Amino acid sequence: MHELSIAVAAISQIEEAAERHGADRVAVVRLRIGELSGVVPEALRFSFGIAAEATRLAGARLEIETVEGRARCPVCGREAPTGVPPALWCAPCGAARDVLSGRELEIARVELDDTPVSEDAGASDATGATGVTGATRKVNPADLTRKANHVPHR
Amino acid sequence: MCRTVDLHQAVLAKNDERALALRAELAARGTTAVNLLSSPGSGKTALLELLLERCAAEGLPAAAVTADLATENDAERLARSGAPVRQILTDGLCHLEAGMLRRHLTEGGWLPEDTAVLWVENVGNLVCPASYDLGETLRVVLASVTEGEDKPLKYPTAFGLANAVVITKTDIAEAVEFDRDGFLRNLRQVNPDVPVLETSARTGRGTAELLEFVRRTRDGRCPVHRPALAAEHEPLLHHRHEDDDHPHGHAHPHPHGVPAA
Ligand SMILES: [Zn+2]
Repeated sequence: MHELSIAVAAISQIEEAAERHGADRVAVVRLRIGELSGVVPEALRFSFGIAAEATRLAGARLEIETVEGRARCPVCGREAPTGVPPALWCAPCGAARDVLSGRELEIARVELDDTPVSEDAGASDATGATGVTGATRKVNPADLTRKANHVPHR
Repeated sequence: MCRTVDLHQAVLAKNDERALALRAELAARGTTAVNLLSSPGSGKTALLELLLERCAAEGLPAAAVTADLATENDAERLARSGAPVRQILTDGLCHLEAGMLRRHLTEGGWLPEDTAVLWVENVGNLVCPASYDLGETLRVVLASVTEGEDKPLKYPTAFGLANAVVITKTDIAEAVEFDRDGFLRNLRQVNPDVPVLETSARTGRGTAELLEFVRRTRDGRCPVHRPALAAEHEPLLHHRHEDDDHPHGHAHPHPHGVPAA
């Protein structure tokens, strides 16, 4: 499943951003996925949940904004949705319609959670005494990629 | 306490950057890379074998990397032309990525300096490889006559982003009642004006034309077809950088300060 690779790529970039900003947790992730991107949002959501485990994104809420495919004919100027699969041929004009949107595969924004993890929580976490407090363990991205590799594509 | 950070990064930004760099490197050394995409069983390897033989016969220095060999025999068959052939084991990954390709090309100086055409046989499927730019000059999508006329509509991203489309196994088109007009009509819907070449590895039909097509592209005699679907891709690349200075919403400065990105 292709979406797992996409999820892993997104998570790795968001982890880097969180690290740059000194945040241990990511609360919300908003992605923009175009209808023509070749990515199935539901499959991505599923993959994201798996790949986010044991990262700063564990338990993060995933918001997916679907971006409509739109195209414009350079001859008649008509702009319209492309539909899926996209109809990019303007038959009356005999011309290719230019795609204006729909191929997005983008991390729009993230909400970083700066709630400090107390020393105590950190210590008890280290001993495994507490459950899911949101403290994160650093995961080697290579492990995730390897995990992704072993899922057969559709 | 939460703060919102606008990222506006392409999910595949890293691959896109590596692909841009590889494209520049290949261009600088005069190598034309052809990324071959297809479903399993489309006859990609058999066609590649003929193309490598033809390159050798015409004295055009070629090399091939392949991530889609069914058997050990395939590698031997490809190597018979004398061209350097390298197998990429993707460890189950369903597509090639630009960084991975570059590593294989440069490791131990594998790709000969004078390589004119580098054939890249991608992993056999039409879903995943479509999303990954490899820094290729030409992306060629193959479909055999056995796959049905609705193939371009089932895989619009792959066919929609092709610089050229190759129909394979045309020697059995009649036997399998291939609806050629239907196929071309469907293809035009997702990728208007894409060049189409018809081939048969069994009879050799179309291989000379396909290589000539690559040579003309290489010499600049034939402009690379720009798919309609690719039209809005490039602006995205310019928007991938993080907008640190303008956090919106309920942004709060981090207590320890935000490290410069
Ligand atoms: Zn029109």
